[in-house]
Amino acid sequence: MDQRRDGKSVSATRKLGGAIRLPVADANCLHYPFPMHIPDGFIDPQTSAVFAGLAATGVAAALKGARSQLDEKTAPLAGLTAVFIFAVQMLNFPVAAGTSGHLLGGVLAAVLVGPWAATLALTVVLLMQGFLFADGGLTALGLNVFNMGIVGVWGGYGVFLLVRKALPKNKSSISLAAAIGGLLSVPLAAVGFTIQYALGATATFSTATVLSAMVGTHVLIGIGEAIITGLTVSAVLASRSDLVYGWKNNKQKLEIRNV
Amino acid sequence: MFNNRKFYIAGFVVSLFLAGVVSFYASSSPDGLEKVAGDIGFIETAKDHSNADGTLADYGVKGVDNERASVGIAGVIGVIGTAVVAGVGFNLIARKPKKDGN
Repeated sequence: MDQRRDGKSVSATRKLGGAIRLPVADANCLHYPFPMHIPDGFIDPQTSAVFAGLAATGVAAALKGARSQLDEKTAPLAGLTAVFIFAVQMLNFPVAAGTSGHLLGGVLAAVLVGPWAATLALTVVLLMQGFLFADGGLTALGLNVFNMGIVGVWGGYGVFLLVRKALPKNKSSISLAAAIGGLLSVPLAAVGFTIQYALGATATFSTATVLSAMVGTHVLIGIGEAIITGLTVSAVLASRSDLVYGWKNNKQKLEIRNV
Repeated sequence: MFNNRKFYIAGFVVSLFLAGVVSFYASSSPDGLEKVAGDIGFIETAKDHSNADGTLADYGVKGVDNERASVGIAGVIGVIGTAVVAGVGFNLIARKPKKDGN
């Protein structure tokens, strides 16, 4: 039990915020979800502080944006979206030999409840994970909120808007555009990490190496993100399309043009 | 069309099921960032989480030895906790000030 199947020593992997706990007497160590966000130590304190400031600014803007956009009818969906993302982030899926990935959920949230509320939903999820489940370092919270709650949400939502524009105005287009936005949001968030690495890594490996490995791996994870995002958006459109932000505001524009 | 109540109950139950039951079957391979950090080598710079020995650290409940129960209970606690924080938070944000001065 000192070695995991991939040969890495337990002591090395246990450093990751204790991301992997392998009880010595437990032979059944194959089933364990351990989503890993950026732990403490990867990025130096100064850079982490800068990104904490950027993330706080983004969250403050999102609070303001969500205040004007959410109403009593859509607020519960924003809450449910955060809950669903928390749950699905626990479900790591295999993407390649010895590698897994999990949903980020930024585009899913943005399409369902709008990008402002999406930034807030992701922030709540990351706060819960960091404080309750020791997932994601507390000094790295700003880094994680920046990558997943801001870059992933807004970058992916931008892709969604572009794709939606190019497609016919129907519900399947919304699901497809959401899937493509989700697909690209994951490597975009990985680029966010690489920028943080370039600015303030405590290690000295080349940024180019980190960039290509991060983007390569996260494009694969993006495929899973696309599938989950597309299916979930379709399911909500089929049951309660009146609540879906990315569908309502598309229809509204169409109506205005027709008047 | 689902009515409101049914829709939210269904969504919450699905989330509970995913976090409480399906999570046990999640892949245990390192995720993207961890894999890249391990392959390149900067994983060595990670520090222990300041709460690494917390009751719910690593999505398990301290003292619950059965792994299926441990991760399942942690998942259920996470879903309920997120529901409370996000539910209350978003409702406060969405509440519009009443014009009659309330």
